[in-house]
Amino acid sequence: MTLSIAAFWVFAAILAAAGLAVVLSKNLFHSVLWLALALVATAGIFLSLDAEFLAAVQILLYAGGVITVVVFAIVVTERLVGERLAHTSRRVIAGAITSATLLAVIVRALSRAQIDVPRPPLTADLTRQIGTSLLTRFVLPFELLAVLLLVGLLAASYFARPEE
Amino acid sequence: MGLQAYLTLAAVIFCIGLFGTMTRRNTVGVLLGIELMLNAVNINFVAFSRFQGTEIGMVFTLFAICITVAEVALGLAIVILLFRMRRTATADHVDWLKG
Repeated sequence: MTLSIAAFWVFAAILAAAGLAVVLSKNLFHSVLWLALALVATAGIFLSLDAEFLAAVQILLYAGGVITVVVFAIVVTERLVGERLAHTSRRVIAGAITSATLLAVIVRALSRAQIDVPRPPLTADLTRQIGTSLLTRFVLPFELLAVLLLVGLLAASYFARPEE
Repeated sequence: MGLQAYLTLAAVIFCIGLFGTMTRRNTVGVLLGIELMLNAVNINFVAFSRFQGTEIGMVFTLFAICITVAEVALGLAIVILLFRMRRTATADHVDWLKG
């Protein structure tokens, strides 16, 4: 039990630090790499919630796929302009006040809510349960998702087509 | 760890992402902030799902992750298109709708 608590705090600290680095870094490329670290730390948080399958999906799709695509986009756009992309922030104080206020509101609501429920013991294999409900109860959204991915693929390649 | 710890962590990450989305000038930077916010929401889904003892929230997280991937691909395609037409990636320069 103590090990899982320690793991949670380690992953939470990495996640928060990497998230701050994403929004504060001066270099766009570094921001993307920090985001990759934040996504891997999120996979660790998923592991501490016994969601091994989601942790694997998170690393494969997010940390693998999304980061690669973003890096490609940065390289392509920098090649198009032939210079480094400016990566600065504006209205930092207003943004900080807004997000800090939202955080204060959420944390206050959380501390007042009666949500100290105990974690129920695992009764069955969660991955097996996810797979079963994907292909029974949620089979229609699952198939719609496949259509959505196809539409996204076609639309992205249409937008980014070479100029005639 | 209790449910409260996970929800608080997700709130912190969401607010960091919100800050990035509001303050970044570069459109790719804005997209990175949105990624952080979506990530925080996924943590909430998985935490609620685990503490409720069902797998429904995790299935929803799976859908959310896939939709996010499609969203990022489209967003970056729009950024590249913007670059071709305007030679800029700064969100403030995209003001075609301004009268």
